[in-house]
Amino acid sequence: MLVLSEFLTLGAILFCISVAGIFINRKNVIILLMCIELMLLSVNMNFISFSHFLGDIGGQVFVFFILTVAAAEAAIGLAILVVLFRSRNTINVADLDSMKG
Amino acid sequence: MTAELIYVIPEIALLTLASIILVVDTFGSPDDRSFTVTLSQSSLLVVIGLLIYLMPDSTNYALGMSFVSDQMGAYLKIFICIFTLVVFFYSFEYLKEHELVKGEYFVLGLFAVLGMMVMVSAYSLLTIYLGLELLSLSLYAMVAMNRDSQQSAEAAMKYFVLGALASGMLLYGISMLYGISGAIDLGSLSAYIAQQENTGLLLAFGLVFVVVGIAFKLGAVPFHMWVPDVYQGSPTSVTLFISSAPKIAAFAMAIRLLVDGMAGLVNDWQGMLMILSVLSMAAGNIIAISQTNIKRMLAYSTIAHIGFLLLGIASGSYSGYAGSMFYVICYALMSMGAFGMIILLGRKGYEADTLDDFKGLATRSPWFAFMMLILMFSMAGVPPLVGFWAKWFVIKEVVAMGHIWLAAVAVLFSVIGAYYYLRLVKLMYFDKPDQMTALKASKGMRFVLSINGLALLILGFIPGALMTLCLSAFSV
Repeated sequence: MLVLSEFLTLGAILFCISVAGIFINRKNVIILLMCIELMLLSVNMNFISFSHFLGDIGGQVFVFFILTVAAAEAAIGLAILVVLFRSRNTINVADLDSMKG
Repeated sequence: MTAELIYVIPEIALLTLASIILVVDTFGSPDDRSFTVTLSQSSLLVVIGLLIYLMPDSTNYALGMSFVSDQMGAYLKIFICIFTLVVFFYSFEYLKEHELVKGEYFVLGLFAVLGMMVMVSAYSLLTIYLGLELLSLSLYAMVAMNRDSQQSAEAAMKYFVLGALASGMLLYGISMLYGISGAIDLGSLSAYIAQQENTGLLLAFGLVFVVVGIAFKLGAVPFHMWVPDVYQGSPTSVTLFISSAPKIAAFAMAIRLLVDGMAGLVNDWQGMLMILSVLSMAAGNIIAISQTNIKRMLAYSTIAHIGFLLLGIASGSYSGYAGSMFYVICYALMSMGAFGMIILLGRKGYEADTLDDFKGLATRSPWFAFMMLILMFSMAGVPPLVGFWAKWFVIKEVVAMGHIWLAAVAVLFSVIGAYYYLRLVKLMYFDKPDQMTALKASKGMRFVLSINGLALLILGFIPGALMTLCLSAFSV
């Protein structure tokens, strides 16, 4: 029988992977978008496990809202990506450094 | 159930009007968007009217405890709508000049206002998140609006990634708070926390993530990386918007989460906010000195102002929160004026966003040099302008709470900050202009900008009225 802490550990590991992905990745903006999605999913993991072990439906409702917002966020993220690629012909993260100071 | 919908009427009205404008805009002629602008501004006026008419005299909850209607919320929403109204006015001038006028700009602006209003009145972790995302998603799209500009696209991408990271952090903290307390409304959360004798590990864990999320959204050091790039890269009209009304909403979010939700943990978050605030004031004021781009300089000045704002919240008293509320309203007014000046000096294909563009402004236009002087003196905190009173009220509360060293640090960094504001004044009054072209701005723009500048002067002479209003917001 799995216990709550195991699910929370999984959520925490996924969260750490996604944050590490955002900061370590210097190559491709699409990977950043994937990391953001992973981060939201790790939060969903937390919510669902809490919801199950508390016997409270509120957490699962929250997850539906997060999924919806994540879809909207992905749409806007990809739209910005297209604009970025059209104006610079690259989606390399290391090239996003025109502003300094 | 239906009776309590009366508290949500302003939001429902704004949602309906924004949706209607979205449809109407598609039928308008592509060359002339003034109809969309007029409609957007009238709908904001309608919402302001509704907010004033439905002004609550007590705290009421609606929609299953996920929405609260109180005086603080109503005042902040009115200020958000008024500031957005002025922002739309400046924006339209800017967009016309740079041939960027699109109906979406104003519709997205209205949806951002809706997001802010939801944030201000949110009483559950879910509504706070949804309001925040509605605001953020609209802003990401607005930053990327100028599709031909490389800088805009880059700024939008940075804003998007760091904003999403902040939302993720906030959500992670929220999931922890939900897991411990078993409820998502702030009332149950604060009742749960009040029962605890000492802060548990998970609770502290959740709190840290929530504070990081708030700090990211406000742009406090060390979570400020996005602020300078977004301010510099966005079209000035969008920078103007981001720097004004959303700051008020972020303040409200901090109050809802920390005070309404986690008042029992005040000793824990007080320390965190103090560290954030000292770092923000230090980094913001010192880095701003080396900037040559005025939008970037104002971005660092924003970071420093956010430090002051957090200082008021960190004092942990109701008068401290009122001081912060006063500060954020004044800050939004000053920042709007400063970016309005950049728009005024700009012209087609040219952004007047370097410090050199302000050289010798006093000979080109004495009146607007004087307006900029008022704005800069107010930001620096020179009496009798309102910026001085804002700093004064916050520092007074900090001293009243017994943190003398914190007040001393705040004053010290304000003095350092005064240097770069005064440098701009020196450029305007004592340097020779590089160009002698007359200002092209329309009469309306000149008029509104003058009102904006004079408001700082007038509020500076009668700060009591606004302060009474802020205090009454927290006295219920």
